[in-house]
Amino acid sequence: MAIYSGSLKQAMLCVALSMPLNVYAASDEDLRDIREQIKQLKESYERRITQLEQRLQQAEASRQAEATIVQAQPPAQQPNRSAASSVSAYNPATSLILTGTYENLKQNPDVPITGFAMAPNNHGYTKGFSLQETELSLIANIDPQFRGEAKLALSPDNGLGVENAYVQTTTLGDGFNLMFGRFFSHLGYLNEVHAHAWDFVDQPLVYRTFWNNQLSEDGMQLRWLAPTDTFIELGAEIGRGLSYPGTNRQKNGLGSSVLFAHVGSDVGDSSSWLAGISLHQTKRENAQSDAVPDLLGTAGGVSNLFNGNSKTAGVDFVWKYAPNGNIRLTNFKLQGEYFQRRENGTLTYNLTTPDSYSVAQSGWYLQGVHQFRPRWRAGLRYDRLNSGIAQVGFLNVPNIISNYGYTPTRTTIMFDYSPSEFSRMRMQLAQDNSRQGLADTQFFMQYIMSLGAHGVHKF
Amino acid sequence: MKKSFFTLMYLLLMALTEPVHAALEVFACEPEWAALTKELAANKVNIYTATNALQDPHFVEARPSLIAKARRAQLVVCTGAELELAWLPLILRESGNVNATLGKPGYFEASTYVHMLETPARLDRALGDLHALGNPHIHLDAHNFFPIAKALAARLVELDPANTAFYLSRLQAFTQGWQTAITRWEKQAAPLKGQPYVAQHQAYSYMNAWLGLKQVAVLEPKPGMEPSVSHLSQVIVQLQQSPAKMVVRSAYQNPKPSKWIAERAHIPEVILPFSVGATESSKDLFGLFDDTIARLLAGMTSN
Repeated sequence: MAIYSGSLKQAMLCVALSMPLNVYAASDEDLRDIREQIKQLKESYERRITQLEQRLQQAEASRQAEATIVQAQPPAQQPNRSAASSVSAYNPATSLILTGTYENLKQNPDVPITGFAMAPNNHGYTKGFSLQETELSLIANIDPQFRGEAKLALSPDNGLGVENAYVQTTTLGDGFNLMFGRFFSHLGYLNEVHAHAWDFVDQPLVYRTFWNNQLSEDGMQLRWLAPTDTFIELGAEIGRGLSYPGTNRQKNGLGSSVLFAHVGSDVGDSSSWLAGISLHQTKRENAQSDAVPDLLGTAGGVSNLFNGNSKTAGVDFVWKYAPNGNIRLTNFKLQGEYFQRRENGTLTYNLTTPDSYSVAQSGWYLQGVHQFRPRWRAGLRYDRLNSGIAQVGFLNVPNIISNYGYTPTRTTIMFDYSPSEFSRMRMQLAQDNSRQGLADTQFFMQYIMSLGAHGVHKF
Repeated sequence: MKKSFFTLMYLLLMALTEPVHAALEVFACEPEWAALTKELAANKVNIYTATNALQDPHFVEARPSLIAKARRAQLVVCTGAELELAWLPLILRESGNVNATLGKPGYFEASTYVHMLETPARLDRALGDLHALGNPHIHLDAHNFFPIAKALAARLVELDPANTAFYLSRLQAFTQGWQTAITRWEKQAAPLKGQPYVAQHQAYSYMNAWLGLKQVAVLEPKPGMEPSVSHLSQVIVQLQQSPAKMVVRSAYQNPKPSKWIAERAHIPEVILPFSVGATESSKDLFGLFDDTIARLLAGMTSN
């Protein structure tokens, strides 16, 4: 408008200045001319103002129709090529996950699961309000051959951890994928799923005790997908044995290895399934466990040291159902996993009495999650562990508890609401009988928010 | 040992699965591109369609079956423009297929060949799940099929030069048939011009641009967000001031919001096939548009 009012002012000024000088001398003809000019000016501005008003109306109308989207002009250059305007165009896809919980626990969560005092008890619970791990993720293609991905975990107590940092090949072809760096092992189904994508606040008990929630590895992974209509994937991983049950040894060669196979397919339009088997083995060296209860009833327990082999086998199964395969409206997911671990070696009781020790422990969970209407889901999970009966060497028979005679279980219900794909709020209630004599009712509220790049829809 | 095991398994499986006839393996993301490929290549290709018309193409999981099918694909035909952002890159990566990745002749994105509408001026999730490259539902403007068909035929020729003449003659036949059909559709759809309607999702912009329908409201408060009761109530108020002829949703969408509006605003609910195969009569691309226009006309005249 400023331009128009400016030139209008100028025109008026011209007319005004020229008029007094010429007014008396002006002939009828001149007057007609001037009148004509003024009329033209007036018409011209009226036309422009009407045009402006129209444009304003149009702009308002289109804003109303779709506040967020501007009607694109037909692009002058090639369509769909966004301008790579600066160096930042090569920046990796960035996303940040924000999570927090409110928790209400009646018992002390640090008391280990009965029969699993020598296994990790990394429950992650904090009574009351607490910030959970913040996950920063950076992903990009490195060059035509490689792709890189890093997931940094900012823990609420100010620590920074490297959760994942790996490179993947993109050009091997023939169904091969090679990955190296730090990654979550591909064994089982849930192991590689990041915390923000879990269907419950916490991991199943079998994952907590067998894999310290998730088996992480520094090493390499090779996978091969068969050229068949049925999904058949075979894979192997080798690494240093970074995380439990590995003992992160300073040693040349291999610290742990994993073999896995997955098979999956669709059944009609509505159902699909994935099943797998996995094998893990590692050598445990000087694995110390503290506060382990013993037969003598030592107050505060004792510290034991284990040296030996750890071999774990697992099976996993997932079945998903959505009418016509349209997962957005309603869907149902049933998943279950079973792991069995055999440990064989020498247990040094109270750091003083070494003798042979072997035990087979197992655990499983079964869970179902139902999205009963868009945005709303409900889930039920049952957990069970078996601490097994240990074969204890002669010297330690009077010291070590070989049979706990207790079956840890837990039943969890979950209810969550996702206003969009990027936000989720959850309520969870668990009846925890994993510790003998310490039955607990645990209540959780959780939020999970994702900023930045759109995540992938993993099966 | 491990290596020889893999080699052995590989050779065995290759021997078992190597197709006898060397038809081009096509992986189509959406049924409309499968249908177009079929028009252009007929039996010279094997087509696998990743989604059906009753699935929301935004919400697809990288299912094992999709990864297995992508493994052998020599040509991937998809919409692009980030419609398949959450699942296609993952599928292609997991499949270990190097022929059908970004930048390779085996990777075809239809949206690259048309003028995109509604490219957002700013990207902010507060405005919903916007697609940076514009509205990806490009296939409901029949004119868009000309450049896409031409480019796709060129791609088929590049990948399978032995059948060049076949693809070119199919392209010519398709283009002619399509031109005739467009003339017919535009004549049939003439009464739709300027007709106000309500859309459930911002999915019909290209159709609006082509047939001149006037979309007066959208049931999703923001693109990709589920309609809420409060927003639907606002739409009702808006419709009292400027009435619409019908409320339109795609077959794969939640029926509740459009039914809710239809009942309260006393306007018919029109369910569009949106893609090939969603309804009895939308068996191919021609059927898709015949059915779409017939349903819109029926909706417009039914009250």
